[in-house]
Amino acid sequence: MAETAPRRVTADVAIVGAGPAGIAAAVRAAESGARVVVLDEAPRPGGQIWRHTTRGTLPRGARRWLERLDASGAQVLSGASVVDADGPRLLAQWRGEPLVVSAERIILATGARELFLPFPGWTLPGVVGVGGAQALLKAGMPVAGRRVVVAGSGPLLLAVAAALAGAGAHVAVVAEQAPAAAVRRFAAGLWRRPAKLWQAARYRAGVPRARHRPGVWVTRADGDTTVREVTLTDGRRTWTVPCDLLAVGYGLVPATELPRLLGCRIERGRVHVDEYQRTSEPAILCAGEPTGIAGAHAALVQGQIAACAALDRPAEATSLLAARDAWRRFAARLEATFAPRDELRTLADADTVVCRCEDVTLGRIDASWGSRAAKRYTRAGMGPCQGRICGAALQYLFDWTPDRVRVPVAPATVGTLVHAAALNTEPQDPS
Amino acid sequence: MSGVAVPPDAVVVGAGIVGAACALELARAGLRVLVLDAGDVGGGTTAAGMGHLVVMDDSEEQFALTAYSVRLWRELAPSLPPECEFDPCGTLWIAADAAQLEAVRRKHEAYTARGVAAEVLDGAALAACEPALRAPLAGALLVPGDAVLYPPGAARHLLAEACRAGAVFRGGSRVDAIRPGAVVVGGRALPAGIVVNAAGAAAPELTPGLPIVPRKGHLAITDRYPGLCRHQIVELGYLQSAHEMTAESVAFNVQPRRTGQVLIGSSRELVGWDPATNRAVLGRMLERAVHFMPALAAASVIRVWTGFRPATPDKLPLIGPWEEMEGVWVAAGHEGLGITTSLGTARLLADLITGRTPAIDPAPYAPMRVLSAARRHG
Ligand SMILES: Cc1cc2nc3c(=O)[nH]c(=O)nc-3n(C[C@H](O)[C@H](O)[C@H](O)COP(=O)(O)OP(=O)(O)OC[C@H]3O[C@@H](n4cnc5c(N)ncnc54)[C@H](O)[C@@H]3O)c2cc1C
Ligand SMILES: Cc1cc2nc3c(=O)[nH]c(=O)nc-3n(C[C@H](O)[C@H](O)[C@H](O)COP(=O)(O)OP(=O)(O)OC[C@H]3O[C@@H](n4cnc5c(N)ncnc54)[C@H](O)[C@@H]3O)c2cc1C
Repeated sequence: MAETAPRRVTADVAIVGAGPAGIAAAVRAAESGARVVVLDEAPRPGGQIWRHTTRGTLPRGARRWLERLDASGAQVLSGASVVDADGPRLLAQWRGEPLVVSAERIILATGARELFLPFPGWTLPGVVGVGGAQALLKAGMPVAGRRVVVAGSGPLLLAVAAALAGAGAHVAVVAEQAPAAAVRRFAAGLWRRPAKLWQAARYRAGVPRARHRPGVWVTRADGDTTVREVTLTDGRRTWTVPCDLLAVGYGLVPATELPRLLGCRIERGRVHVDEYQRTSEPAILCAGEPTGIAGAHAALVQGQIAACAALDRPAEATSLLAARDAWRRFAARLEATFAPRDELRTLADADTVVCRCEDVTLGRIDASWGSRAAKRYTRAGMGPCQGRICGAALQYLFDWTPDRVRVPVAPATVGTLVHAAALNTEPQDPS
Repeated sequence: MSGVAVPPDAVVVGAGIVGAACALELARAGLRVLVLDAGDVGGGTTAAGMGHLVVMDDSEEQFALTAYSVRLWRELAPSLPPECEFDPCGTLWIAADAAQLEAVRRKHEAYTARGVAAEVLDGAALAACEPALRAPLAGALLVPGDAVLYPPGAARHLLAEACRAGAVFRGGSRVDAIRPGAVVVGGRALPAGIVVNAAGAAAPELTPGLPIVPRKGHLAITDRYPGLCRHQIVELGYLQSAHEMTAESVAFNVQPRRTGQVLIGSSRELVGWDPATNRAVLGRMLERAVHFMPALAAASVIRVWTGFRPATPDKLPLIGPWEEMEGVWVAAGHEGLGITTSLGTARLLADLITGRTPAIDPAPYAPMRVLSAARRHG
């Protein structure tokens, strides 16, 4: 046993992730009197969407939730990444030190990450993710006067284009790979939904209609020290657009490493949950994007349902179930509308880097291998990101299934992992 | 390839590093070789191993096979492609105190007397060549001829060379049984005059009676810290950890990768085929590493995994004919040294099969010794 015992926290409910799902779960559980601890690896709560440096710039609804979180009595540990888990216990690394969390119930609200599909030039400086561009904007990156192309797929494109335009960038084009007809049907359907996520009309205000081009995708980016021009196609015609910033992303993929480590059943890349957000594992619930990409409002509803179920008061969630189901249907339409088209599988050429950590080009990979063999032979997916970026792309390109998850699910120091065994032991009396 | 139409002279079962090396030697000796693996090349224990090419002196026989094999690796080194990540970094066997330094001196005599270069370092010299090690340590034995490589890369290379020499590889082909003069795959018997069981820790499933058990080990790999660790560094107590078939043991054993990453080992457990991380063992293993190399405490680990060494009761591999069944040969049971001893094993096996005179005495590795041992005891 390690000489010094790690710090321990016990709670009724432990929540991993302080995005909308985790916040809503924490607020709901703590307001009903439960002892709640929330762990999030980011420096402040808010998740992908509400992680602003100053709350003043957030929409009112978001500010309300964050204020409720402050007042709820939930213990929020920002900068705590969960690196290992077993049953209802978590091992986190917090401020460089190990922390063992024991709870009656765990709610996993680990969110999603962007899907990058490789094409020639995607690793040039000046090419960023759509979400990445937004994060940079939130962190205050100056874009005034820059010529920007926004490309890829999904509702995020217009949101980010609008934000870029609002910050003074010149948005040359928003290239949405989904076919125009599908996008039109989706937009029409929105009027019948409670959806606020994709407030198409408002976002459009920042981007003239003519510059929003459905059925168009990027085939390559060129430049020297930075991106200079982007080649676009609609499948028949190909043209180039000069730019000095390309924001490109193909939607989101659920972050399921921690649920998989805990043995939760996964279906079609998502954590399988029942009506009350309960996973296949006892005492483990899941809310928000790991269960399917449906946006922040869906995450808020799911987080609250999960909290009620975690406290064994599912009846209190009854009024939320209809809304959650509507969001599920919305998620299905979202996925169907913005599914990446087959042409995107063939953009990368032999020299295109597919794994950035290990600098592996597509030409070195054989489609017949599978994720494990690709790792073994080329190191693709073996770097510090552990396949979090290239893994999803390779799965998409080659129809591979993901390799098994291993400890640690986020980088942890040797000093932290020395205490891994504390996950399997009862807390000692602090005498 | 048309090799399958004509029945092969030899079927090698298993494309781990041992099977791949055997296929290469047999193909070079002029045999038509077919290699079968349930998965693909180097996906078994070979994918989980550390890749330390090391001369070890647990016994005279172990010394002979490892020294021979390291020599073969060094001969091969100039022709290894970059994917093998060969790095002639040498081994440091470290002595914590005066008593261990005495043992290091004896080890030095043993190595030099048998023609393996080695050098005793005092505490100051050790600190100078590995500044991240805890101070003070009493000293170390530097074995400069040892090296490290990337095992699955090496297995793949050896198999590719075998195929260039005429061998045929069929992945995704599980062998259900070995019969006299044939292997059975998917219900069909493939005739072969010679069958080499190189199925690693699974070898007894095909050749009942082989005393091989899986001996689990954990490894952890860090992010990149170039220069933190410059040699394969092993505590002297490692030998004991490997030697005693106790339920559980750990030893300090770290390896620099060419990427600047540090690979941290090692543990040994007898728990069957359970691949799950044993957090208690992992914790002790890492604690041992931090004890010797305190700077590692702050190093970021990106992945932990386990693998199964094919262990035999007398710590020696089984190489040679299996006289219980006509035409069956064994090349398995290499425990924690199979990456190193794959080349020596393959050369010995090909010598025996083709009637050449082996460079070292093959008798200590003869598989039949286990039966005579069993009969003696029984
Ligand atoms: C890059 C990006 C940009 C986006 N931008 C927008 C936008 O502009 N507009 C919009 O409507 N939607 C946007 N979305 C979608 C939006 O973020 C989600 O719909 C919503 O945030 C989902 O909430 P969530 O709580 O499920 O997940 P998230 O908000 O993603 O929260 C998950 C949290 O879990 C934490 N976490 C994950 N793993 C661990 C771990 N092992 N240990 C500790 N903490 C962990 C993360 O740090 C994160 O804070 C974006 C998504 C992404 C990925
Ligand atoms: C943690 C750890 C660290 C190690 N470190 C080192 C080190 O530093 N140096 C060193 O020299 N050694 C080391 N080793 C030992 C080394 O990895 C093994 O001795 C070596 O890999 C064994 O190789 P093999 O080819 O016999 O077995 P394997 O690599 O397991 O190959 C056997 C092959 O047979 C196939 N197979 C099995 N059954 C069948 C069947 N019925 N039909 C068809 N195919 C079948 C499998 O798919 C597999 O590919 C280490 C081992 C471990 C676990």
